[in-house]
Amino acid sequence: MTTDVHDRIIAIIAEQAMLDPSEIRAEMTPADLGIDSLGMVESIFAIEEAFDISIPFNANEPEKSDFDVSTMGSIVAAVEKLVAGKG
Amino acid sequence: MSPKARNGKDARADRDGKPGRKPAKGGAAVDDGAGTIPPAAPVIVPAAGGSGLRRVVITGAGTINALGRDVPSTLAAFRDGRCGITQLDFRDVDRLTIQIGAQVHDWQPEEYFNRQQILLYDKFTQFTLLAAKEAVAQSGLAFHGELGLCSGVVLGTAGGGLNTWDENYRVVYEEGKNRVHPFVVPKLMNNAAASHVSMEFGLRGPAFTVATACASSNHAMGLAFQMVRSGGAQVMLTGGAEAMLCFGGVKAWEGLRVMSRDACRPFSANRNGMVQGEGAGVFVFEDYDHARARGAEILAEVVGFAMSADAQDIVMPSAQGAERAITGAMRDARLNPEDVGYINAHGTGTAANDKTECAAVAHAFGHHADRLMISSTKSMHGHIIGGTGAVELLACIMALRDGVVAPTIGYQEPDPECALDVVPNTAREASVGAVLSNAFAFGGLNAVLALRRA
Repeated sequence: MTTDVHDRIIAIIAEQAMLDPSEIRAEMTPADLGIDSLGMVESIFAIEEAFDISIPFNANEPEKSDFDVSTMGSIVAAVEKLVAGKG
Repeated sequence: MSPKARNGKDARADRDGKPGRKPAKGGAAVDDGAGTIPPAAPVIVPAAGGSGLRRVVITGAGTINALGRDVPSTLAAFRDGRCGITQLDFRDVDRLTIQIGAQVHDWQPEEYFNRQQILLYDKFTQFTLLAAKEAVAQSGLAFHGELGLCSGVVLGTAGGGLNTWDENYRVVYEEGKNRVHPFVVPKLMNNAAASHVSMEFGLRGPAFTVATACASSNHAMGLAFQMVRSGGAQVMLTGGAEAMLCFGGVKAWEGLRVMSRDACRPFSANRNGMVQGEGAGVFVFEDYDHARARGAEILAEVVGFAMSADAQDIVMPSAQGAERAITGAMRDARLNPEDVGYINAHGTGTAANDKTECAAVAHAFGHHADRLMISSTKSMHGHIIGGTGAVELLACIMALRDGVVAPTIGYQEPDPECALDVVPNTAREASVGAVLSNAFAFGGLNAVLALRRA
């Protein structure tokens, strides 16, 4: 289950970054991947749709959001938490 | 589609094309049916000074917004630093993530319009007509005869009849009905407000609507200014309106994740997004000689306008694009940076706009940037999208005319990236000779107006 969530998130972000999923590592930041704030908003929308969750994210203060988007690893962890909390 | 059906449709279109449908109440009925030779357009006497350009003054102002239903109540709110942002109240608001806005509460169109008018007027048209009536009443103008022929209206709106779209999509999609009211199209079209203003007052010259998102009414007022200045019109009603506070309107904005859930705090380090408002602002822009000749009270002079395109990004603003519009407006107005005492900022309260706008102002004004005042009244009336520049022009007129600069309320923490005098939280008395009004739209479209004290 967790692997599945991880892989689906990475696939979504890879598509946004126009990279192969294998090129994405946990410590990478959105900026490393060339994802700007609008790209981040799009990725979050795609993740919400994929997992039927609601992600608290405000583009004006990404660092203050409960949803940590600083690295790929933190995004995966935050989504996994939301997916687990859904059931 | 069978040929028969197609013919039937064409026949109906022909009927619709015939002149004659008017609201029950309206301005002077004017029939300019095809074939009638219109009277010769009145000749506007060439301007003194040799440039061929005419001076343009504001002789009337009107508004409705969350702070008040007329200009005096709105200016009083500006002086008091009152916030018009509240819990939103409309159908399905519980399904929204963003539930605050600067809404005109307890809006009962029946207080202002008859049944037939309400069937034709979306809320943005209702707001526009109310503001236009106040502006025209203050100007003391009547547009019969020749004045009507060389007077017009140019208004800004981004969404037009958005409530009408929203309500009727609900009817056909959610409720599954297969029929909508016959006036849906004339009610929702973006030019509906401009057309109804032309009918209401008999304005028979240039009339159209400008849609440049959040800069719509600044673009509209800039074009109105240019038309009167060039002699293309003697009087222009201008400004704009927006009525986007409905489920679909706010839901669309939520998607961008730039809206605040709690407050609009422009230039404050802890700002976290914009808050939508609704309303209208309408002004009478008049040829100076015409206004003087009839002894009209002049509220302010419009002296410059410039527009620019970032040509860069559909949502992220560019400081260079904004700066070009600011310096262009000053050049057009023949103002030096030190002449400008106040800028009504675009100041949306988003992270991106406010720091970009401050950078643009700092570059455009150099040392003088530290001596001028810049405030965002969106902190009080919300972001009225296509109508916002029009409502904000009231703060410019108040600064010039009353010597009171409207504050940026909700200001809590200084932001080093917005290190200008943003007139935090409390209005300020100051003698101001010239002002600018900024508008920077999604799509990278910038429009800046320059005004002088009358």
